[in-house]
Amino acid sequence: MKLQAPIENLSPPVSDEVKTTTCYMCACRCGIKVHLKDGAIRYIEGNRAHPVNKGVLCGKGSAGIMNHYSPARLSKPLLRVGERGAGEFKEIEWDEAMGLATQWLDKTRNEDPRKLAFFTGRDQSQALTGWWAQQFGTPNYAAHGGFCSVNMASAGLYSIGGSFWEFGEPDWDQTRYFMMFGVAEDHDSNPIKAGLAKLKERGAKYVAVNPVKTAYAAIADEWLGVRPGTDGALILAIIHELLKAQKIDLDFLVRYTNAPWLTIHAPGSADHGLFARDADGQVQCFDQMSKSVTSALRADIAPALTGEFTLADGRMARPVLRLLVERYLDPSHSPEKAAEITGISAETIRRIASELAHAAFEQQIELPIAWTDWAGRQHESIIGRPVAIHAMRGISAHSNGFQTCRALHVLQMLLGAIDTPGAFRYKSPYPRPAPIGVRPGGKIGEVAPGKPLPRPPLGFPIGPEDLLVEQDGSGRRIDGAYSWQAPMANHGLMHMVIRNAWAGEPYEIDTLFMFMSNMAWNSSMNSAGTAEMLTAKKADGSYRIPHIIYSDAFFSETVAYADLILPDTTYLERWDCISLLDRPIGNAHPGGYADYLANHQRAPGIGMLAGWRGTDGSKAGTGEPNPNQLERYIENGCFWKYELPHNAQYYKHANKAYLDHAVQMGFIAKPDQIVLQLYVEPLQKFRLAAEGHGAIQPPEALRARVRDHFDPLPIWYRPFEQQRIEESEFPFYAITQRPAAMYHAWGSQNAWLRQIHGANRLHMNRATATAMGLVDEDWVNVTSHHGQITCQVKLMEGVNDRTVWTWNAIGKRSGAWNLDPDAPEARLGFLLNHLISETLPEQDGNRGDLNSDPVTGQAAWYDLRVRIEKTQAPAGQTLPALPTLHLPPNMKRPEKVLRYGKAMAEPYLKEDVK
Amino acid sequence: MTSLPPLAQKQLGLVIDLDTCVGCHACAVNCKEWNTGGTSGPLTDLDPYGADAAGVWFNRIHSFEAGEGDASRTVHFPKSCLHCAEPACVTVCPTGASYKRAEDGIVLINPETCIGCKLCSWACPYGAREYDYDGGTMKKCTLCIDRIYNENLEEIDRVPACVSTCPASARHFGDLGDPESKVSKLVAERGGFDLMPEMGYKPTNKYLPPRQRQNSSGCTGASALPVVEQSADGLLGWLDRILSR
Repeated sequence: MKLQAPIENLSPPVSDEVKTTTCYMCACRCGIKVHLKDGAIRYIEGNRAHPVNKGVLCGKGSAGIMNHYSPARLSKPLLRVGERGAGEFKEIEWDEAMGLATQWLDKTRNEDPRKLAFFTGRDQSQALTGWWAQQFGTPNYAAHGGFCSVNMASAGLYSIGGSFWEFGEPDWDQTRYFMMFGVAEDHDSNPIKAGLAKLKERGAKYVAVNPVKTAYAAIADEWLGVRPGTDGALILAIIHELLKAQKIDLDFLVRYTNAPWLTIHAPGSADHGLFARDADGQVQCFDQMSKSVTSALRADIAPALTGEFTLADGRMARPVLRLLVERYLDPSHSPEKAAEITGISAETIRRIASELAHAAFEQQIELPIAWTDWAGRQHESIIGRPVAIHAMRGISAHSNGFQTCRALHVLQMLLGAIDTPGAFRYKSPYPRPAPIGVRPGGKIGEVAPGKPLPRPPLGFPIGPEDLLVEQDGSGRRIDGAYSWQAPMANHGLMHMVIRNAWAGEPYEIDTLFMFMSNMAWNSSMNSAGTAEMLTAKKADGSYRIPHIIYSDAFFSETVAYADLILPDTTYLERWDCISLLDRPIGNAHPGGYADYLANHQRAPGIGMLAGWRGTDGSKAGTGEPNPNQLERYIENGCFWKYELPHNAQYYKHANKAYLDHAVQMGFIAKPDQIVLQLYVEPLQKFRLAAEGHGAIQPPEALRARVRDHFDPLPIWYRPFEQQRIEESEFPFYAITQRPAAMYHAWGSQNAWLRQIHGANRLHMNRATATAMGLVDEDWVNVTSHHGQITCQVKLMEGVNDRTVWTWNAIGKRSGAWNLDPDAPEARLGFLLNHLISETLPEQDGNRGDLNSDPVTGQAAWYDLRVRIEKTQAPAGQTLPALPTLHLPPNMKRPEKVLRYGKAMAEPYLKEDVK
Repeated sequence: MTSLPPLAQKQLGLVIDLDTCVGCHACAVNCKEWNTGGTSGPLTDLDPYGADAAGVWFNRIHSFEAGEGDASRTVHFPKSCLHCAEPACVTVCPTGASYKRAEDGIVLINPETCIGCKLCSWACPYGAREYDYDGGTMKKCTLCIDRIYNENLEEIDRVPACVSTCPASARHFGDLGDPESKVSKLVAERGGFDLMPEMGYKPTNKYLPPRQRQNSSGCTGASALPVVEQSADGLLGWLDRILSR
């Protein structure tokens, strides 16, 4: 058959209007262009001019339309009318909702502000929410970092004054050797993908250290299928090998780290292991030129890195590097020992160490960029160590996570691979002093009716005196942050809030206020138990948690457990990445949020947005408010970028041009060198307290936990849960991974993405599963010390033979999200959360010890151990299957056919050829 | 039966890099997003919030493993219409709805004349055709025919949505009929291959194989670390150096 060729409509109009904004389908925050047609969203694409994504957009961001038009959107405030958990609500007007919230919160603030627990989930605008909590006067505030990656953030901020992701990233254009540890690809999504492509193009080597060979590990040159929670042992063995071969960057260590700082050597004394200081509090070193102990911060010295020296007071002191080298040269850190722990062969560990040394020292980069260091000395070029490392939740969500993350930063420092060409490089406003000089607010006497806190609720303790504890050593925060259970809990302990509020420990609260966090489901340990806690009553019939306010854009699992629901916006309805508080926020800024953004000043000249400050918009970073600032952002595609001059781009911790710039921008107070901390003295202060020194000491029950884990040099220890169970009873490690199309749980539940990941399976190593008689799709019971779930298995090659895993947060509760109650997410999907307890199994009479990192309180949900037994699931239903939730009033079941775009589609043919 | 036009010089198509594809689905979702409101839209979804959601997707990612044990490889394999030089899906079409453009070789379906008989989907060995049960016609990848020549878009945006959005630069678009084009050179340099060439449909799209993995001794040029004797007295003599701060 031969027909006249059709004439296609090759140039249809695309859209009526294009708006720029920031994607908030995940925390990557790409710039996007949103095409609108007939008032509806036609298409969302990456903004090529935007520095984060440079025009690309991930699968999740591309599904933003379905997120926005979801049939699960909440449209009006809801007030609970039935029992909590029953899901019976009535719609109310905003005035009534705000009136009610104000009434509850006003009473709390005027009586005892700490009785408000305000937990903001994944919000990324803590500049506002933290400030709000501080003004309210409650210390009981945090976001979800305690659940996600506080170990990574804290270890970095105390070590190098920065960390990965928001704080810094690999130099994708110049690195020769890149290692990624654990689940890390979702922070941040598109820049890592783009970076990996650059590495491959240039032939740089990429090593993935992850028990599971998922998305990014699939394209790695080498996959090290390490056992979960053992990365620290691997890193310390690499350090052992580098030290044995004397392949460390001594010049870098002398100039930029605390390697030469003297530590007092007086075992048993109250300041053993603290830095030697002179009368002015200056840290000391031994200068080999003058043969004397002097300030370690002077430029004109040649400090000793080993030996032992006598201080003015007659005591002995040793340089940090000596302690470090002695520690890690010990045969207990040999590759053979690490191989037993990690499952990675000693030969491979030795080879990786040799490749790191080769890349760092034999493939050194030298850029002909003249720069001036902190002391005013000129340098003709910049030396680069092209080794870059990235890590995030995978190594973080273990009870040994803080020390493992520390080990990674120590490795970077020993290689001289911090903020050099080809290495990890800071992103503004980092580096900042390690740690940042803000201490947590909420000490005794700092919480008072009707009064703000003197400092933000979250900060960086540097010793026991900064803890938020009562005289008897018990904690003052509802989540236990900054108590002896979690002294350096810089992001709070979101996973303990509901449990402690339910238990009334350390006190009962009035109101739990949550938003953008599905805390009755996938953002909790022990999900089913959490739901029970939210509904639990006292003897008098009242709820143990009297008021629960929850804000969410969607009918998520948590909605049923709140008393008052405030419907949130999506990112396509507002100008920035913030959530609930994108509303008029009080009399100080009558113009509402826009007014706040442009005119609020936290300090003179410092506000929410750094670009186009000053009345005429000519100032960057600091400057008086600009009445046209938002317009300037809008004109520029809703972002502002400042490119550092070449001479300020590297060695920023010690680069005069950068440090001066950082002061001018308001990032740091003084242009002092930021000395990188191989040895973290605050840890030693807490350890000394646990050893019985000082006025503020841990309660007896926690003394050993603090003493054993607050080592100022990184250590590896077996994760707590594993220490307390019989390995033969629970032989498998169980962890989660995050699918690339659903980085971050929020916004993932939509019509398109659920067709990609609508149900999950428990993935097992094929050889291991086959030996157990398991085949694909078999039903199994998965049992931990805490609970049991039933699900199906899927066999695969690319997973550690002792590890099982599944995708995170795919499972949904029946009826939630306006899905069919029989949806695969509820029928076949499941959460591992049900297996994870907030507390560790009892041991030697110790009950209630937290299943958290002992330093930061990070939830140790990757420590989970399970056993697996074949079973039958006659109903074809994963378990536990919580009762079906019913829809809120006026939420309609969606149509059976979705024809999105039909109304705006242009004709296929230009001319009718019929 | 529908006949094919004489083979044009210009053969537009995709080159997909299996070395950098991480299976993130960005291309698949962005494709659906563009095309559902484009001239082939809507890309209907049946029972979208139900027990068995199933929609029309022009591009799908298949992830699987090849090999066993440590030698196994995880493959992320994006698959869409390959715009074959000899497409059976066209010749099998009883109405002429399925056709190959003479100008650039793109294989398309005219919705005005498609009767939804599905013969083409049976004929396609790659499973690249998508039946719209709601609209009653066959649909498929058009190489974003309503983008690549679209004068309402900036020139730089006149590429398929999947190419424009791919975060890992794993997708390339161009004229594979021109041996001097960037995509043809890329195929030549990297050993790009046809999918199932034995079937004889001569697909225009090419796949680039994974690069050689650097995972064995000496792969980066590094030799084993030297064994340095530690001094017997336990003193760390090698640290005893005069280095100025």
